[in-house]
Amino acid sequence: MDLRYSDAEQAFRNDLRAWLEATLPGLPPKPSPDDWPGRRAYDTHWQRLLFDAGYAGVDWPVEGGGRGSSAIEELIFKEELERAHAPYVGVNFVGLLHAGPTVIAEGTPEQRARFLPPILRGDEVWCQGFSEPNAGSDLASMRTRAVRDGDDYVVSGQKIWTSHAEVADYCELLVRTGDEDSRHRGISWLILPMDSPGVDIRPLHTIAGSTEFAELFLDEVRVPVANRVGDENDGWRVTMVTLSFERGTAFVGDLLEAIELLATTVTLARRTGAWADPGVRRQAGHLKAELDALWALTKRNVSQAARTGIPGVGGTYFKLAYSETRHKLGEFSLSLLERAGLAAHDIEGLDGGGLLPAGVMVEDWLRGISLTIAAGTSQIQRNIVGERILGLPKEPQAAPGQKR
Amino acid sequence: MDFEVSEFQTDLADGIRRLCEGTFPLEAIRRTESTPHVVDRDGWRRLGEAGVFHLCLAEEAGGVGLGLAEAALVFEALGRALVPGPLVASHLAAGLIDGADDGSVVVGLVERPRTGAVGTGVLPVVVEHLADLDVLLVLSDQGIERLDPAALDATALPRPMDPLTPVWSLTTLPAGEPVAGPDVATWWRRDGAVLTAALQVGMAQWACDLAVEYAKGRVQFGRPIGGFQAVKHLCADMVVRAEVARCAVQAAAVTVDQPDVGDAEVAAAGAKLLADEAAVTNGRSCIQVHGGMGFTWEVPAHLAYKRARVLATQFGSDDALAEFLADALVSD
Repeated sequence: MDLRYSDAEQAFRNDLRAWLEATLPGLPPKPSPDDWPGRRAYDTHWQRLLFDAGYAGVDWPVEGGGRGSSAIEELIFKEELERAHAPYVGVNFVGLLHAGPTVIAEGTPEQRARFLPPILRGDEVWCQGFSEPNAGSDLASMRTRAVRDGDDYVVSGQKIWTSHAEVADYCELLVRTGDEDSRHRGISWLILPMDSPGVDIRPLHTIAGSTEFAELFLDEVRVPVANRVGDENDGWRVTMVTLSFERGTAFVGDLLEAIELLATTVTLARRTGAWADPGVRRQAGHLKAELDALWALTKRNVSQAARTGIPGVGGTYFKLAYSETRHKLGEFSLSLLERAGLAAHDIEGLDGGGLLPAGVMVEDWLRGISLTIAAGTSQIQRNIVGERILGLPKEPQAAPGQKR
Repeated sequence: MDFEVSEFQTDLADGIRRLCEGTFPLEAIRRTESTPHVVDRDGWRRLGEAGVFHLCLAEEAGGVGLGLAEAALVFEALGRALVPGPLVASHLAAGLIDGADDGSVVVGLVERPRTGAVGTGVLPVVVEHLADLDVLLVLSDQGIERLDPAALDATALPRPMDPLTPVWSLTTLPAGEPVAGPDVATWWRRDGAVLTAALQVGMAQWACDLAVEYAKGRVQFGRPIGGFQAVKHLCADMVVRAEVARCAVQAAAVTVDQPDVGDAEVAAAGAKLLADEAAVTNGRSCIQVHGGMGFTWEVPAHLAYKRARVLATQFGSDDALAEFLADALVSD
């Protein structure tokens, strides 16, 4: 166990830090949260800057056009970007973290040549069409149908939680090509051009007031068979391969953001006098212990991924613990705002006391609610831990051919 | 940066685990329940031979010269075997008290109350394992004093909360012979917190293991109860809690060994806080998974829960640790 960074790792950090210091002041102003074309332009411009500096696809293998950095360098990359308040990956999320890695691992040479460079350069934006209204935790029950017709698939169905659909060029789409009840044995992975006739996008409004999600309605959309990644009916495995690209760094930016939010909350408590209350101080101290421990767990997971290529079970442990801590942090900051937290908007305190950071705190509290739901609910995660790690008996599974 | 446990470190911890299985099987430990003597002198010497007490002592002082990271792994293994006795105190005392290093002398430790004379405050001074001690050390901000345990006016307390931690109350805690100064007291507090936290992580894991084993075997409604989500999720939370605390403890230990990577005292406080919580909560969950049997003396689930409560009072209560961490938040 060694928490010291090597000279090479330190040099990577120093170079990156210098580049960020030189580059960030030149960025255009951030667009408003609901200005999706503006956000696309902002995020893809940032991706282009990363690309030109050699930092695009830091976690992608060299053969995919990426930088091929170690998991440790990936950790440093995300840490430095967050500390410097660099732009978030934003609309490039699906391309860089899901679709791109899938095409690298499972795509044909033609698909790699066509689709990977535009992702790295920020030219093309991807979204994800996996979940369906009736296939959430039980994703393998999805029903969006793809029927072969000559050199095309004809796709009909409905997807949900499709982030950035409005500004995406392509969608990584899971479709049912097998029998109705074939579950994970009858799914294929397609590249859907979002401008295809028959694609209808309806924005979803979240409880946080944000609009990044959409529902996707597909009505006899023709997708070339050449756009299938992997074999027909092998899409479930293709999807699982993508997950193995995760090296324990998925929440690095998020975690550091939480550490900063705790600092903001403590500053607020000192300004309002709440810090004199031992209960408030102890809650803050406890949250610090939890966030520090999660940072240690991140380093453990990343170290394991650096050696074995995968973060192992630690990623599940992290998500379960982190999402709970984040809830607590949200509740804590909200309680300190008292009635100033009744709007997600920074407001002036009494007697020229300065702006109270209600905007970020209320928004964060609301956003935090999604953490125990998104990317596998905490209940599903606990099933996974209980069954795959502790070896407890499995939940009843639907057998092929059996309707649930 | 490589925060994985090395092969050498894994082997070291495995060695201690095997030693504990042979020397401190649970049946043997349990035979001393509710008696004044729970320290097995032969076993204690065997721990000494294995390096448990002089692991971190420099080689020129007769130690092994390893870091606190290795010691934390060793203490997690000791916690996982529920080995009773003043393990942390004897480890800290190696190099200061003759015979502590090889396990021939058993050393205990108690904090001198900050408020002044005993008897003027509300709470008594309670000392663990007094009948087994050769030396009692007293820790305060001024340093460390040495007392002769046999010379103390102590009252054995009946029905100790943890049957494997016998306790005595003192009406006076006399001044002892000063054996170390404030600097030593500071690092003893820090390392003591880390090693106690390591014991807690071991017990948190033990409680999880016991609960999972029971949940696999106990059948109700025609199914093993571990197949029910209500029980399965209790178990999942136990293993997550233990793992998060384990990372905190190991990071704190490494930070002590590699001071340039962070503030070791802050890391130690955070680790102790989470490890206390993991051990206490897992102890409680372990009893719950066992249902009515968990409330019986016979099932050992209560042993981890009770010991966790004992260790939570040492090297900083949870409230004190949380306040210390809060102070660190505003001094950054």
